[in-house]
Amino acid sequence: MNVGVLYSRIRRDEKLLLSELRERGHEVTKVDVRDQQFTLSNAPEGLTDCDVVVDRCLATSRSKYATRFLDHYGVPVVNSAETAALCADKAETSLALSAAGVPTPETTVAFTTDAAMDAIESFGYPCVLKPVVGSWGRLMAKLDSKSAAEAILEHKATLGHYEHKVFYVQEFVEKPGRDIRVVAVDGEPIAGMTRSSDHWLTNAAKGASAEPFEVDDEVAELVARASEAVGGGLLGVDLMETGDGYTVHEVNHTVEFKALDDAVDVDVPAAVVDWLESRVEETATDEQTVEATT
Amino acid sequence: MTTCPECGADVTLPDDVETGEILDCATCGAELEVLSTEPVELDVAPELEEDWGE
Repeated sequence: MNVGVLYSRIRRDEKLLLSELRERGHEVTKVDVRDQQFTLSNAPEGLTDCDVVVDRCLATSRSKYATRFLDHYGVPVVNSAETAALCADKAETSLALSAAGVPTPETTVAFTTDAAMDAIESFGYPCVLKPVVGSWGRLMAKLDSKSAAEAILEHKATLGHYEHKVFYVQEFVEKPGRDIRVVAVDGEPIAGMTRSSDHWLTNAAKGASAEPFEVDDEVAELVARASEAVGGGLLGVDLMETGDGYTVHEVNHTVEFKALDDAVDVDVPAAVVDWLESRVEETATDEQTVEATT
Repeated sequence: MTTCPECGADVTLPDDVETGEILDCATCGAELEVLSTEPVELDVAPELEEDWGE
């Protein structure tokens, strides 16, 4: 198959994926999204011949629009534009999870510092203030006091970009020094890991240490439901242990899997390519069925 | 082997170097983007932007 890889930076994750694809003899079309122009009628050169395009854009904004345009051209893309739109924005993710009945931390969105302050006071301290768009634990604030909240709200209000004035306030979940990352394809877990740190942020990008996590039935079910809530695809579902269950706090649509690949015995890029192959095969079968019946 | 566009020091390349890959200059610490592989051309990598991530 011919696999398009939409990128702007080749991380180790992309290198693992490219290597697996090439080792299996697949044709790979690397497309640097920074060089592209997306018109209303014609897909960028090279992408129309792809059996599937894998969105590995590093920038969330590019991922959202590029997948939307590919969808418009009828070029198969994973993850879908719908999934990108829901996962790129934390408020959208919270709404999607809530609508699907997936346990997720209590969240309030407010548009002014006064309204945000009221929300923070309602949650009590500590609570968490997050940017609606962002990753790797950046600009996340654990608010331990009213004075800290006032200072951070003032800073956010003057940062400039309008998204910083969408105040996303969330309950602080007392997790046991770790969270859980499960990488899944269409809701089916490939593997899971815990990410542990003395810091309240347990992102791998913040230096948390990764250990294998055996995905139990409860986690598998939550991962499947969270995946379905955002439209499925290749996803990184993040969960926290609450003491009496789990809560899903994030779903990542251009998931980095190198830390998981290092932590577990499962060959993660191989599982991803297995999934891509089966998707392309299913699409071809569906097309043949349609042709045969028309 | 090629040279760092920031400090001019030698930069060792991995065997499977890819266009779009980021390398660190061991001498000055600059993040370098691989612009092409045949021949290898490096430039200073773009600064981190707010919406980068996964």
